[in-house]
Amino acid sequence: MCDKNKMETRNLNLYYKGFQALINVSFPVKENTVTALIGPSGCGKSTFLRTLNRMNDVIDGTRIEGEVLLDDENIYDAEVDPVVLRKQVGMVFQRPNPFPMSIYDNIAYGPRIHGRKNKDELNEIVEKSLQAAALWDEVKDRLHKSALGLSGGQQQRLVIARVLAVDPQVILMDEPASALDPISTAKLEDLIHQLKSSYTIVIVTHNMQQAARVSDFTGFFLNGEMIEYSVTNTMFTAPRVKQTEDYITGRFG
Amino acid sequence: MMNKRLKEKAGFGALAVLTFLAVVPVLAIIGYLVWQGWPALTWEFLTQPPRKFLTEGGIYPAIIGTLALTVGTIMVAMPLGIGTAIYLVEYAGENVFNKLIRIAIINLAGVPSVVYGLFGMGMFVLTLGLGRSLAAGALTLGILTLPIIISTAEEALLAVPDNYRYASLALGATKWQTVRRVVLPVALPAILTGTILGIGRAAGETAPIMFTAAVVYTPRLPDSIYDQVMALPYHLYAISTEVPNVSQHMAFGAALVLLAIVGAMNLVAVVIRTRMRLKRLR
Amino acid sequence: METRLSNYYEKGIKYFFGLIAGTSILLLFLIFSLLFREGLGVFSNVGVMDFILGTRWLPVSETPFFGALPMIIGSIIVTLGAGMLAIPAGIGIAVYLAEVAPRSVREVAKAVIELLAGIPSVVYGFLGLTVLAPVIKDLLNLPSALTAFTAALVLAIMALPTVVSISEDALDAVPRDYREASLALGATKWETTVKIVLPSARSGLMAASMLGLGRAIGETMAVLMVAGNAMIIPHSIFDPVRTITASIAAEMGETVQGGLHYQALFGLGVVLFTITFVINLITDLIFTRTSSVKRGTSL
Repeated sequence: MCDKNKMETRNLNLYYKGFQALINVSFPVKENTVTALIGPSGCGKSTFLRTLNRMNDVIDGTRIEGEVLLDDENIYDAEVDPVVLRKQVGMVFQRPNPFPMSIYDNIAYGPRIHGRKNKDELNEIVEKSLQAAALWDEVKDRLHKSALGLSGGQQQRLVIARVLAVDPQVILMDEPASALDPISTAKLEDLIHQLKSSYTIVIVTHNMQQAARVSDFTGFFLNGEMIEYSVTNTMFTAPRVKQTEDYITGRFG
Repeated sequence: MMNKRLKEKAGFGALAVLTFLAVVPVLAIIGYLVWQGWPALTWEFLTQPPRKFLTEGGIYPAIIGTLALTVGTIMVAMPLGIGTAIYLVEYAGENVFNKLIRIAIINLAGVPSVVYGLFGMGMFVLTLGLGRSLAAGALTLGILTLPIIISTAEEALLAVPDNYRYASLALGATKWQTVRRVVLPVALPAILTGTILGIGRAAGETAPIMFTAAVVYTPRLPDSIYDQVMALPYHLYAISTEVPNVSQHMAFGAALVLLAIVGAMNLVAVVIRTRMRLKRLR
Repeated sequence: METRLSNYYEKGIKYFFGLIAGTSILLLFLIFSLLFREGLGVFSNVGVMDFILGTRWLPVSETPFFGALPMIIGSIIVTLGAGMLAIPAGIGIAVYLAEVAPRSVREVAKAVIELLAGIPSVVYGFLGLTVLAPVIKDLLNLPSALTAFTAALVLAIMALPTVVSISEDALDAVPRDYREASLALGATKWETTVKIVLPSARSGLMAASMLGLGRAIGETMAVLMVAGNAMIIPHSIFDPVRTITASIAAEMGETVQGGLHYQALFGLGVVLFTITFVINLITDLIFTRTSSVKRGTSL
């Protein structure tokens, strides 16, 4: 585990139509680690996640103050193209959202829009991505069947494979297991462990056991503020702030 | 309590009878049309031009004219309609321009077809000098169909889950890549359904083409877009009101062919829609 | 550099589609201005009041008269007649289909209604002329059945699909809670329908009625074929009438471009356009109100 900050926010404020959804959040994301964001619903953790690849830009009426750094460059600078940024910072959503296309076309979608056309090259990317997402063995015989025929857990790993295929540096996951059964969830958590060596991962989760199992660092959000940030073990054994303790011991939320 | 129940039975019973009374005679009349028109449908009727002031021969030029007008209508209305829907759903925010577009579409949808006929004549036939022609008729019908195509295409695009758009954008796709490669393919069957329904409506229109494209009689088939044509709806109007001594069964035959062309288009649309539904269920 | 280029490309695409969407505004403007440009002559030569309230329409006589009142009245009579038939019947059918009809009947009826909506107006006119009119003539013992009544009947049949399908949507949009609350208080389904569902769907039903009327007043071919086309102010619903739309369709072929008769027909177009514009405006107001109501309840 190295200590370099892959991403970092500085004094980040986010307003949505006059409502302040994030208040002065300064938050580090260390390279090749898993960082978990926890907190009750509506606390701003998902909104925060979406500022990291500028997916909030898609929603009208959001305004941002402060800095979000990726490798020490502010991603909200005027010269930064969100389209290029999102290639570097991929995202996995709450519900599995494969496109209504074949498994192969789902994975090849990203490389294709970024200009790869060579068939052999695409084949290789598809296989590598599916292997990295621990899905290859289950789908290699039906690559050209619809992705909608897969189970929920398989779909979520497919979506991860689709993100891996554009070769990102950071992967954001927004409650990726919330729609999955326990077995699929366990497989997904294993996968997150494996991916850590090559990627930096930020995961929003409702489930504190999950945060404890998969993450190295944890940030606790409440009402748009980042209340506490520390090494996951410390957070769950000896929280410094009263509100964090209340939350992780189940007194609210 | 008994009284209440009786009232309920009587009320709903009356409505059921009303529905029956409204629908059945209309279907019966259409059945009569098929029955009367069927004997006229000979090979000669479908493939020969009319003779002796439309009282004998066939309706071939009118069929071809209507098909040509339909193709022209598609070429005018489809790109404009789908393009507008893409703009409204995928690109437009909330501003004055977009509000104006919506108001314009709503009002265009309410303009009577005969007013489109006047406009087509003033604009395309006279001002632009296209003359009474296939081109002028297709442009007029295209504009008439535009609101239907826009609104159905808009619905089709709105029905595409935002999840797909987000997933594509999060992979670093641009907006246009997302629209072209994800949104449009998903929405396409529904867009086609709406488009065909709209075009089917245009194929049966008379008032918009009677001053812009159609003539009562020409034995020639159109060989350029500047030619005037015969068209089935106008032909049916002419032989049932203006031309004397046309036998009843020829008129019924022409009406049946027109109904069949329009019906076939609707059928195609319904088949696409049903297949789409089944696919979604699977 | 590559970034910049692709940004311009994306912007270009957005403006391209904006331009396409803008054609609708342009078209509405063109229709409006062309009708007025071509029709203006008749308003200045004959006078607005004499045009709208004049009772004689003799476009090709030695001293021509351009009084559109008989046609305006003809259009109104036929439209109102069609509305009186189609609106209650359409709403009644919609209630039956939405509230009581078994699923299978509902599906079949919807398909039939869609089919009826797709039949070209010239076919309705043809059937009205050759099938319906003789029957009406015999039944009511009239000298000719090509009257305002027959036209209204045919128009009602044509407007029915519009009224039924939009009314049905409006009834479907009434929340189930309302029905359940009423039933739970011991009301019968009929009482619930009459006292709760219909009032709740009121503005949607009004919009359906307006659209039905709009459809009827703009209808051309069927009316031209069955209304009898006499240029007189009718005394009864069994007199022949001539509508605005029918006059335009019937006379346009005989005019000289730019002549007074030609201008007069565009003047009729202006009148018709204005009437439908107002109907649309009202419908639109009703619709915006309903949709805001819906939004209010769903939140």
